[in-house]
Amino acid sequence: MIFQFRQLIAFVKKEFYHIFRDGRTLLILFGIPVMDVILFGFALTNEVKNAEIAVIDYSRDQYSIEITNKIMSSKYFSSIQYFNKYDDIGTSFKNGSAQIAVIFPEGFANKLDHENKADIQIIADASNINTAIMLTNYTTSIINDYQTEINSSVPMLIQPKVRMIYNPELRSVFVFIPGVMALVLMIVSAMLTSITLAREKELGTMELLMITPLRPITIIIGKVLPYLVLSVINSGIIIGMGMYVFNMPMNGNIFVLLAESTLYAITSLSLGILISTKAETQQTAMFVSLIGLMLPTILLTGFIFPVESLPEILQYVSAAIPATWFIEIIKSIMIKGLGIEYFWKPTLVLIGMTIFFIMLSLKNYKSRM
Amino acid sequence: MTRDLSKAVTVDKLTKKFGNFIATDEITFEVDKGEIFGFLGANGAGKTTAIKMLCGLLTPTYGKATVAGFDIYKQTEKIKQNIGYMSQKFSLYEDLTLFENIRFYGGIYGLSGKEIKLKAKNILSKLKISELANKKVRSLPLGWKQKLAFSLSMIHEPDIIFLDEPTGGVDPITRRQFWELIYEAADNGTTIFVTTHYMDEAEYCNRVSIMVDGKIVALDKPSELKKQYSVDSMDGVFQILARGTSVKG
Amino acid sequence: MKAIEIKNISKSYGDITAIDDLSFEVNKGEIFGLIGPDGSGKTSIFRMLTTVTLPDKGEAFVQGLNVRTDFKKIRKLIGYMPGRFSLYQDLTVEENLEFYSSVFNTSIADNYELIKDIYSQLEPFKDRRAGKLSGGMKQKLALSCALIHRPEVLFLDEPTTGVDAVSRKEFWEMLDRLRKTGITILVSTPYMDEAAKCDRIALIKDGKILNIDTPDKISSSFQRTLYAVRSADTHQLILDLRSWDKTHSSFAFGDNIHLSLNTDDLKENDILEYIEKKQHSDINVAKIEPSIEDAFIELLKQDENHD
Repeated sequence: MIFQFRQLIAFVKKEFYHIFRDGRTLLILFGIPVMDVILFGFALTNEVKNAEIAVIDYSRDQYSIEITNKIMSSKYFSSIQYFNKYDDIGTSFKNGSAQIAVIFPEGFANKLDHENKADIQIIADASNINTAIMLTNYTTSIINDYQTEINSSVPMLIQPKVRMIYNPELRSVFVFIPGVMALVLMIVSAMLTSITLAREKELGTMELLMITPLRPITIIIGKVLPYLVLSVINSGIIIGMGMYVFNMPMNGNIFVLLAESTLYAITSLSLGILISTKAETQQTAMFVSLIGLMLPTILLTGFIFPVESLPEILQYVSAAIPATWFIEIIKSIMIKGLGIEYFWKPTLVLIGMTIFFIMLSLKNYKSRM
Repeated sequence: MTRDLSKAVTVDKLTKKFGNFIATDEITFEVDKGEIFGFLGANGAGKTTAIKMLCGLLTPTYGKATVAGFDIYKQTEKIKQNIGYMSQKFSLYEDLTLFENIRFYGGIYGLSGKEIKLKAKNILSKLKISELANKKVRSLPLGWKQKLAFSLSMIHEPDIIFLDEPTGGVDPITRRQFWELIYEAADNGTTIFVTTHYMDEAEYCNRVSIMVDGKIVALDKPSELKKQYSVDSMDGVFQILARGTSVKG
Repeated sequence: MKAIEIKNISKSYGDITAIDDLSFEVNKGEIFGLIGPDGSGKTSIFRMLTTVTLPDKGEAFVQGLNVRTDFKKIRKLIGYMPGRFSLYQDLTVEENLEFYSSVFNTSIADNYELIKDIYSQLEPFKDRRAGKLSGGMKQKLALSCALIHRPEVLFLDEPTTGVDAVSRKEFWEMLDRLRKTGITILVSTPYMDEAAKCDRIALIKDGKILNIDTPDKISSSFQRTLYAVRSADTHQLILDLRSWDKTHSSFAFGDNIHLSLNTDDLKENDILEYIEKKQHSDINVAKIEPSIEDAFIELLKQDENHD
């Protein structure tokens, strides 16, 4: 029998006993991801209060004044400045006296009353990316609220036109949450599997496993399977946190994203197995998976620095890191709302990497000491 | 508190509970200065707990005890300066040389560079391994490591030395050589507190105590114990007293 | 066919020679003891025979199967209890046993008869974590796990090290009962008193065999007349005997000193006379039969003189 089903079940059961009886494993598994996402998240994303807003009101009608009042009375904004010309906004952004500006075009109320729709322009200083995002979100939601209030009889549509200046592509925030997701999944999965195999070596139980009829592939699958289940739950938690704590959009199919996350978790787990075929102690395994994987994942995958701005040689290194491809997949799904036809390539790369890691692990796995 | 130096160790109703489990149960005994005191018992009888309390590493639940005249509740730092400890697991730093190990342990106990050099010379020449001073400990046979570890545990000339299964796994000649080092230390006035699973070694002690389930069930000279239980070896005494306890988990 | 055959095996780790051109055979159904101190190469022999490591040189066979080429077959036939406690400490007694039986594709129920004798003592603690067991209980659990798949050859590497004298005795009583089932047992120990319980033993030092034979024949390989000498001050007596020019060897054995002389001309009275001269009291001198330990010490002494 090639597939040792009964043995595999026994092995997986044993692994779950280890996991649920060790507080440390559970903490690493679920505590660290939640903590990391929150820490990384709030380091960059803060609730903004007492911001200053600039208003240019070319219309000066009932609607524009009411909207301005609504904005003023919200807790997010502390002061308001009225300007007459567009250039003044740039000046106030530069000297820091305003972070966001709202511009009502001429004939705003007129247009809204007769055409049932009108534009509002919102300009934000995107050099401080997180503040900009938060403030535009607040402002648009105030406008939306107002819209529902006045929409008693005829549906009227106010269309806020948001413009970010100084950083129109909004680097970082949308890159940042996918980056944290990729990083945390990688570290947790790779670290835990590599530690668990190294622990068997340290405790001497590996010596006994070796002389049992267990095949290397059964041992490897037996190690990966429990952690895969947990990693998938973990991806769910991380995606959920990205969406509900940090307001990441979910423009694509969440099930596709979960499937891709599972694939990426398998890649990370097999990388962990690979590390542990070489590491003799838990300490080495931890060190390699933590330091060896964390720094490249943070620095070279577009997490902090855009990949395009890296020196050419590092771009090749970047392409060898699974997280680079997974970040691309997350962005395609969550932000751009694209389908599989747009990210089959990174998906294939991850599958290829996984097969490579597992083959190499099997080759490295010694049936003797 | 005045320091009573007539007894090396005094223990009075010393007790340690872990939850509902009583590891040591009102044990009482005294160890004379310069005595070789064998502390025997089956695995799990409570020996290790008792030794940890005496070395100041574990606070008793209740009971009194002094080590080298110092109280085990209040003067643990003083105790640590006046005792030596060596176990089978006590390992020298394998990647340091013999001399570097000696310098390290000498340094821990605040010996000056000059004193350390002198100690190193004495220890190594006594063990007849002076020429190995700059060799890594790793290259030393186990027996020599044990003997060196024993000498190092006495580098600060402690009043009492605790030996926890010091001869596990060494060959029969080295085991006896090790005991000669113990005798010599005792002759110089050092009190020896030793645990062992080799029952013939129990015969080498001046007095032995046997612990069963946290209690001391016998305490006397080996010759008296053998007479009392009408057997011809300490192994016989131990089998009578400790049998029946080992089937407990 | 022998249960175990080792022919001119050598194994080195870096510049340390663990096994040095070693050969021996173990018959089917016997308890064969490897007796020697830590670092003498016992564990290396076990690892090699259990196919965990490969020998550098030489050939070895278990139940006629080559350890180099037939390792998968060997692994199904053997039970192994490594020197270190190698079970899962965070799993309970029962979970450990269940795991190992599943791995060998068998069940506790199938082989309960074989382990009943040992496991019945553990059963009251079957829900206790293995890490929380006492030393003696751990050994029993490890032995149960090694036996669960009915191995033909059982390898026990220092099963009683660090275990108290009572548990050690019980452990050997179990091995004795196991022998009756026809299983071959290779066991190592640093305790000389356990050597006497084996059918045959090999005394090992520095990866070499000093002697192989039955315990009785090993004991009688000690050819000098041996005396047990005793006085009130054992330590002083050793020092005095050692400085005597007639002494061949003098070693403490419990409260006695085993003394052999370098001449056959002297008798008990001469020894008594010498000791009395040294101001000892409560003196007793008696001629005794040498034990395995006496023989081993003598062999170690000879070996050191060769070095």
